[in-house]
Amino acid sequence: MESFLHETFSGLAAGGIYASVALALVMIHQATHLLNFAQGEMAMFSTYIAWSLINAGMPYWAAFFLTVGIAFVIGASIQRFVLARIRGPSVLSLVVVFIGLLVIFNSLAGWIFTYTIKVFPSPFPSEPPFGQHYVSSHELGATAVTLVVLLLLFAFFRFTSLGLAMRAAAQNPVASRLVGVRVGWMLALGWGLAAAIGAVAGMMVAPIVYLDPNMMSGILIYAFAAALIGGIDSPGGAVLGGFLVGVLENLLGAYVIGNELKLPAALAIIVGVLVVRPSGLFGKVHVTRV
Amino acid sequence: MSEPLLDVVDLRAGYGLVPVLQGMSFSLAAGSITALLGANGAGKTTTLRALCSMVRTQGVIRFAGQRIEARATEDIVRLGMGHVPEGRGTFLNLSTEENLRLGAYTRRNKSEVGDDLERIYGYFPLLKARRVQQAGTLSGGEQQMLAISRALMLRPRLLLLDEPSFGLAPLIVREIFRIMREINEREKVAILLVEQNAALALDLADHVHLIETGRIVLSGTSAQMREHDSVRRSYLGY
Repeated sequence: MESFLHETFSGLAAGGIYASVALALVMIHQATHLLNFAQGEMAMFSTYIAWSLINAGMPYWAAFFLTVGIAFVIGASIQRFVLARIRGPSVLSLVVVFIGLLVIFNSLAGWIFTYTIKVFPSPFPSEPPFGQHYVSSHELGATAVTLVVLLLLFAFFRFTSLGLAMRAAAQNPVASRLVGVRVGWMLALGWGLAAAIGAVAGMMVAPIVYLDPNMMSGILIYAFAAALIGGIDSPGGAVLGGFLVGVLENLLGAYVIGNELKLPAALAIIVGVLVVRPSGLFGKVHVTRV
Repeated sequence: MSEPLLDVVDLRAGYGLVPVLQGMSFSLAAGSITALLGANGAGKTTTLRALCSMVRTQGVIRFAGQRIEARATEDIVRLGMGHVPEGRGTFLNLSTEENLRLGAYTRRNKSEVGDDLERIYGYFPLLKARRVQQAGTLSGGEQQMLAISRALMLRPRLLLLDEPSFGLAPLIVREIFRIMREINEREKVAILLVEQNAALALDLADHVHLIETGRIVLSGTSAQMREHDSVRRSYLGY
């Protein structure tokens, strides 16, 4: 029972990370109708930036917020200076750009920071909180940070006119221009936000998986699974899917299939969802009249 | 005569290599209602799109004293040109009120926006009842009302209306046209109307331009046009 609770809690903690990355994927998908394969590598690269700042003597939380800001600028710049420059992009050319970005960020990180695994600090105490031992302080803290980010995002999209304009721009760019929304900037803002969420996820997961240029590759697969379970066009679904995948992955790994088969299980989920219910739990079923 | 609100000189536009507008020139005064009549494919919708920089154009467009032909759509909107596009451009997944708030997106004074919402609900009480409803679930007529209201939230000087009668029941069309007249009089907003239904357009408009293959072939007041033989035969059917 004790180990079951422990596995469930650390599943929820990991699920928060998957939820964040899945949410970033869904945000980009809503604007481009594509999955950004480079999302994980962008998060990894941001985490290296945080690592450099902390190593240069900056306090953790200052480095944290500065990194989120830098990630936002990098994300928005990628949209402005790369994606927006591709004229009449086809699906394939965008996919190639995403894969290109993935390789560029991965190699850049390896070149600048080497492939040696690094320890990334946690801002939370090393002793488990509240005199229990099911869940570590970092797991609890990371989950809290994730939830705060998700709540802030929800409030931004729900209650601000900029958030409303971003939703409108993703939905109907032509009509958005006609009410004066600068659609190009909204897309850049979306990329910036997605990159910033990714950076938070990267900094929260790095103390657990250690920092190396490939640290996000597995997490990206779990995030894909989470986004698909929730429905690729549903932000709320992606978050729920993230927690679901986190718990499922941990319990399956501990009791059913063993740790070696955890990643294939995520892929099985992806294939399973696509076969049985492509729209996910909360996604819209697309019906086309022919 | 004072300077016209909109002045178009030798406007040309097209899609790719296909020219649609082949040199249109017309102007309209503040607060007036002008209708563009013409068959399918004559270039009516393209004219409205060209005014908003939604297609590549050549020629000169002056709006409210400024040259706008090289400006971006978003900037032209900020000068006070409200466009109710073909197909209505409804944000289907957003609520009715969110659609309306988007119409006021460029306005700085947010406290006025609340008053404007109420005023527009006064014109279209049906929309108030549908405030929190997802816009995609509204009927065609309600969506048309929403599209017009959204453009009005801009407090435009000129309202471009692209076939407001399209696909709607005659009773609803009559209601919408009645409200359009009321809005024109009360809000002092000029209207440029594109319409297939010539009888309706002639009733509402002060001035009418007849378009054939991208050119204006006949212009006049509504009364003059109604008396014109070829207009009567081709567009009014008597």
